[in-house]
Amino acid sequence: MTVKLILRGKEYQVKPGMTLLDSLRKMEILPEGIIATRNGEMILEDEILKDGDEVKLIAVISGGEV
Amino acid sequence: MKCKTCGQKAVVNMRQHRLALCKEHYLEWVPQQTARFIKKYWMFGPDEKILVAVSGGKDSLSLWDILHRLGYQVDGMYIGLGINEGIGYSEESHRLTEKFAIERGLTLHVVDIEKEYGHSIPTLAERTNRGQGRPCSVCGMVKRHEMNRIAHDMGYDVLATGHNLDDEAAVLFGNTLTWSKEFLLRQKPVLVEHDGFARKVKPLCRFYEKEMTAYAMLRGIEYIYEECPFSVGSTSIYYKELLNRLENERPGAKMVFYLKFLDARENGLFADDVNVVPPPLFNCPKCGQPTMYEGKCSFCRLIEKVSL
Repeated sequence: MTVKLILRGKEYQVKPGMTLLDSLRKMEILPEGIIATRNGEMILEDEILKDGDEVKLIAVISGGEV
Repeated sequence: MKCKTCGQKAVVNMRQHRLALCKEHYLEWVPQQTARFIKKYWMFGPDEKILVAVSGGKDSLSLWDILHRLGYQVDGMYIGLGINEGIGYSEESHRLTEKFAIERGLTLHVVDIEKEYGHSIPTLAERTNRGQGRPCSVCGMVKRHEMNRIAHDMGYDVLATGHNLDDEAAVLFGNTLTWSKEFLLRQKPVLVEHDGFARKVKPLCRFYEKEMTAYAMLRGIEYIYEECPFSVGSTSIYYKELLNRLENERPGAKMVFYLKFLDARENGLFADDVNVVPPPLFNCPKCGQPTMYEGKCSFCRLIEKVSL
């Protein structure tokens, strides 16, 4: 079993027991650019990810003509 | 991480403020801070009529929600741009905006560019060869014209947009790279009304984009998550990513960058230029809106060119 992180339809897998921050670093995802949710609840970077967790990462950046 | 106010589990952590909050206290904190910024920058008073430009995105819908919660007289305006690109972008953003307004019993004005002027934004850009395949500059110009027209015609005192700190820092970064003094001079939380231009305000200009996303999610606001298809790969997004890399290493860096710029201007950075009397404006003989040059404004010239 692993922890699954999903960002814009792309899946990443990390080992359980890591914090969200360490997982994001491993995947080279900037924490400033995402919000993480697990079971519909927002979680913070110090959250320890457990076996079987599915974490949805919501991209926060939008752009174009400002 | 614990909420600084109540000690319950925090859901938002703002490293630049050394502040973590739970859902309940975050949803109280955001309107409180917005009210503080409105007052600090003299944006508008409690009796003024506000028009919020809404796109269906997280920032503008959140702004409308916050101003409504704060008790302001606030209506919305949605501009249908006619952007489809295989994902029905404009259709979906319109649907979400209508849904938001109906659920809260708020008034929404809708302007459909194609119905009003015969052409969608991508067609206007394509037929005038503007923007090198990217209609963002045409889109910005058309939106500015229409926002000002509706605010003026419908008697609103002020036009509010959902620009957040990341938007402002990205614009500032771009204008600093090129030392575009005239743009730097105009970048403010409030642009006062003058010569037919409505007052424009940015009440969210001190919130990070991540904070506004968190607000929309925690309030259960359904917003368009998909990026405007034309903004993918845009310079503004690239600058935001660069600034976020800096923020990751130095929490608070992008906030300091923007706020110190506002302070520097307040303390006379552009003092020589502020005293220069701007050239007189003209009125467009077609639409009546102010324009920098004699004759038709750039919006009317664009529509005329495409209609020939």
